Amino acid sequence: MSERPANVGKPVSRVDGPLKVTGRARYSAEFKTENIAHGMLVMSTIASGRIKSIDTKAAERAPGVLGVITHLNAPRLNFPERTVGPNRVVDDQVGPWVGRSLPVLQSDTIYFNGQPIGIVVSETLEQAEYAATLVEVTYEERPHATSLEAEISRAFPPQEGLMKNSPFGRVADYSRGDPEALSKAEVTSDQTYTIPIEHHNPLELLSTIAQWTGNKLTVHDKTQWVPNTQDHLAMVFNIPVADVHVISQFVGGAFGSALRPWSHPVVAAIAARAFRRPVKLVAMRKQMFTSHGHRPYTVQRVALGASKDGKLTAIVHEGYGQTSLYEENTEALLDATRFLYASPNCITKYRLVRGNIQTPIYMRAPGESSGVFALDSAMDELAYKLKIDPLEFRIRNHSDKDPESGLPWSSKSLLECYRQGAERFGWSRRKMEPRSLRDGRYLVGMGMSSGTYPTLRTPASARARIFEDGTAVVQSSASDIGPGTWTTMKIVGAEALALNLDRVRSELGDSTLPRSGVQGNSMLTASLGSAVLEAGHAARAKVFELVRNDARSPLNGATADQVVFADGRISLKSDPSRGETYADILRRHNLDSIEATVDSSPGDELSKYSMHVFVAQFAEVHIDEELGVWRVARFVTGCGAGRIINERTATTQLTGAVVGGIGQAFTEETVMDHRMGRIVNANLAEYHVPVNADIHNLEAFFVEEVDDKINPLGAKGIGEIGYVGVSSAIANAVFNATGKRIRKLPITLDKLI
Amino acid sequence: MKPFAFTRASNSQTAIQAVIKDQAAKFIAGGTNLVDLMKEDVEQPNHLVDINRLALTRIEEHNGGLRLGALARNSDTANHRLVRERFPLVSQAILSGASAQLRNAATNGGNLMQRTRCYYFYDVAMPCNKRQPGSGCGALEGFNRMHAILGASTQCIAVHPSDMCVALMALDAVIQVEGPEGSRSIPFAEFHRLPGDTPQLDTNLKHGELITAIDLPAAASAFSAHSYYLKIRDRASYAFALVSIAAALEVQNGTIKQARLALGGVAHKPWRAPEAEAVLNGAPLNQETFRRAATAALKKAQGYKYNSFKVELGRRGIVRALTIAAGEGRTA
Repeated sequence: MSERPANVGKPVSRVDGPLKVTGRARYSAEFKTENIAHGMLVMSTIASGRIKSIDTKAAERAPGVLGVITHLNAPRLNFPERTVGPNRVVDDQVGPWVGRSLPVLQSDTIYFNGQPIGIVVSETLEQAEYAATLVEVTYEERPHATSLEAEISRAFPPQEGLMKNSPFGRVADYSRGDPEALSKAEVTSDQTYTIPIEHHNPLELLSTIAQWTGNKLTVHDKTQWVPNTQDHLAMVFNIPVADVHVISQFVGGAFGSALRPWSHPVVAAIAARAFRRPVKLVAMRKQMFTSHGHRPYTVQRVALGASKDGKLTAIVHEGYGQTSLYEENTEALLDATRFLYASPNCITKYRLVRGNIQTPIYMRAPGESSGVFALDSAMDELAYKLKIDPLEFRIRNHSDKDPESGLPWSSKSLLECYRQGAERFGWSRRKMEPRSLRDGRYLVGMGMSSGTYPTLRTPASARARIFEDGTAVVQSSASDIGPGTWTTMKIVGAEALALNLDRVRSELGDSTLPRSGVQGNSMLTASLGSAVLEAGHAARAKVFELVRNDARSPLNGATADQVVFADGRISLKSDPSRGETYADILRRHNLDSIEATVDSSPGDELSKYSMHVFVAQFAEVHIDEELGVWRVARFVTGCGAGRIINERTATTQLTGAVVGGIGQAFTEETVMDHRMGRIVNANLAEYHVPVNADIHNLEAFFVEEVDDKINPLGAKGIGEIGYVGVSSAIANAVFNATGKRIRKLPITLDKLI
Repeated sequence: MKPFAFTRASNSQTAIQAVIKDQAAKFIAGGTNLVDLMKEDVEQPNHLVDINRLALTRIEEHNGGLRLGALARNSDTANHRLVRERFPLVSQAILSGASAQLRNAATNGGNLMQRTRCYYFYDVAMPCNKRQPGSGCGALEGFNRMHAILGASTQCIAVHPSDMCVALMALDAVIQVEGPEGSRSIPFAEFHRLPGDTPQLDTNLKHGELITAIDLPAAASAFSAHSYYLKIRDRASYAFALVSIAAALEVQNGTIKQARLALGGVAHKPWRAPEAEAVLNGAPLNQETFRRAATAALKKAQGYKYNSFKVELGRRGIVRALTIAAGEGRTA
């Protein structure tokens, strides 16, 4: 490994590692709760229509059953229609702007196959599971539509994209420059790219334990955003937010699947109230395929035009994404296209197509990875037509400022990522002509891609508390879905408080702690980290306040700019021997602790700078020429992400994302039988994620990048970026190896023989 | 999962008597497939008779060949010195299936009793003639990427999921069975069935018959120097075969003295290819021979909407497996 750049923090082991490997870290379904009852969902077996009858008698008579709740006996709850505009009603901040959450158990309407239509509650899980099979449902079926291609003539522009001045509203139609540029281009590529439904398939299932005490609700819930679940339950049950207590300390992977409160916490809370017992509800693996959303099926046309010397003159990117009947889910399918490469002329068009499906949801690198797969595949296709090295083609079209907004980048190190990545990867060994390199029976191909993801920040609150023994804690309600937030917040807290790392601990995942932002959209480290930084500074300043006018202190009379904080001690800059520790100060003032809580919010940086993280990714694939069997022999990711808090967890964020991307490229596909509108491979035997034997040499590194514009920490989020360019780099490498251009993912071996 | 009675048998006769009493009773050994199917409500036994305590775990020499106890674990079988030396094809096939954890639990007898992974069979909300005779075949005009290209019927196009069985098919294994009316031997080729009009029946075992051993005949050790199990699948491990090939050759002076070829992932049962063996037997050891054998093996193959690639993949896989079995570099 080469030397670590100054912006990259040294590797720190996960603080929750020992808890996790010894089983002491408790996940949502693992809390021992007295007198608990177990729920099991009943799911619809048709894709469209209404429930004609639902016979629960046999289930109710089964051993151990407390009862069955369906739309016939469920309480009427509040699932508000969200509205676009200034008076936006928010029951779920991650949910689509247009539509409303699935009104679970509120009516006989069937929106999709696998929709929760009832819950059986029993003394044991096994009893509930069995009794759920005894619920007899008859339906009045109506025609369903689950194929995007079949319904594409009914595509419509997303309503949120028609809003003016919306920060995240997906623009339906965008155009800059000459709309006829494509037809005037010297060299063009115009192709269609398809990505199937993909499911997150985290290890941990959706799970909730719900318990009422009077009118107050406590839930242990698997979630990526504790306060969002809290707000949602408060609105749905029409109770004060303060009466909902949500706990989610550890999350066993989510990848976006637990961004929203789906039906699980609501149904568990309904059952807990009805039977006056705590109720545990855990999705079965097969139920995961319709209990939460998925990466939507997309079809994209990318047409590029360039001059013969390799300058892009036209970009046309049209994207169609599938959404449900009751919500307009959008994603950043075309956003990167408008700024990733410099082109004076650019048209994007975004349309949605409704289907009888669960509402899609962000899945790691949502939109960006799907869009960049199409865009960077097209860049590769055009590079071949131009006979220009694909890396060189990208360098020639590097955008020096944001071509969409005209704003300067807050920072951008993509050229350096290209350079260092190419060097580490050995890009110079690549041959332009496909099928030029071999390793025995394997054709060897090399491909690359750019990638980008927004650098955003949300409001977040944190508390820092210094104790009289000289230790400290930093606190927030954030959940940690695996990137290592427990560790990074401890690191940031220690830095802010000027304490040794081993004197500080973090405390997360409880709605009684200061309100956190979402762990999603690569925003939490920047949002919460900034809050922790500010809270730590505020707490130590409060300690200093105690001694400023304290005659007993050697610091008496000092001003803030005259002192330094280091190693739990405040001392004079001019004479470091004059000072005292936090512990001494607190003890003398008879204080157990001193604390500061800070609400941290983004400023106006987004209006001044275009803020994004960038990545260059390089793949070497080996393809068995006769059998189509594939192997990703090497994968190199170079990333410029500003300050890296913890090199170890940051690097595994990138390599872990690459593993996910290899799945997108080669294995992952949720298959729908459109005749029944039902998923056929809703299990981990037939929904293939990569296994260890598929993963070989993964290398990821961060380039030197300092960014003081984006947030107080100077850190860009990296949860998604490692995923963005993987499938495109691999598809490009597959073409280089075989001469076959695969435009429909996944690249299964039948497409290669 | 439907509630069921569970009893533990101490010898084979009590096990058989317990099962014979109830048409909906089943033996359970490793349970790696049966429990899975029970969780999906595909199998709904009233009574499980646990046979794990039966003395059927030995692997021993028998009539010059080997007798594999029905309750020997797949991992113990694959790693047994005598299996590896004399029947490396069996060892390779077992090790290419499932995962280490599953192989540690799965038994040899249970491996034979695995049921198909057809999507429509596994989902009780879908039609399936195998699970519910007369309900129709969901796969025939549905998503049939994993399905059969040989020996299918209009009732069922499911495939048998085992790897081990493909090797056993190639090597003419013999299944030893004990039943209420005594013991019998079943040649491997007659153990599993084609779907025909009775796709609900996977094997020719009668209710209450218990597999006690699998015999690998002495004659099959003639292939120990030149055999190979090739499994082609969607990822490098832990996936069922799209196509698999058990190839076994006895080579003498550049000529194939005798050959065995069986395919997995292509039919309702492990598929033996006698037409290909006829091409190979006595033929010169070269690529041309292998290609002709591959063509013969798949002459009657018929693909469906999503799996027609398997026909060509099967041909290429056969050539590859034979090439590796012959010994890399020995055929031009």
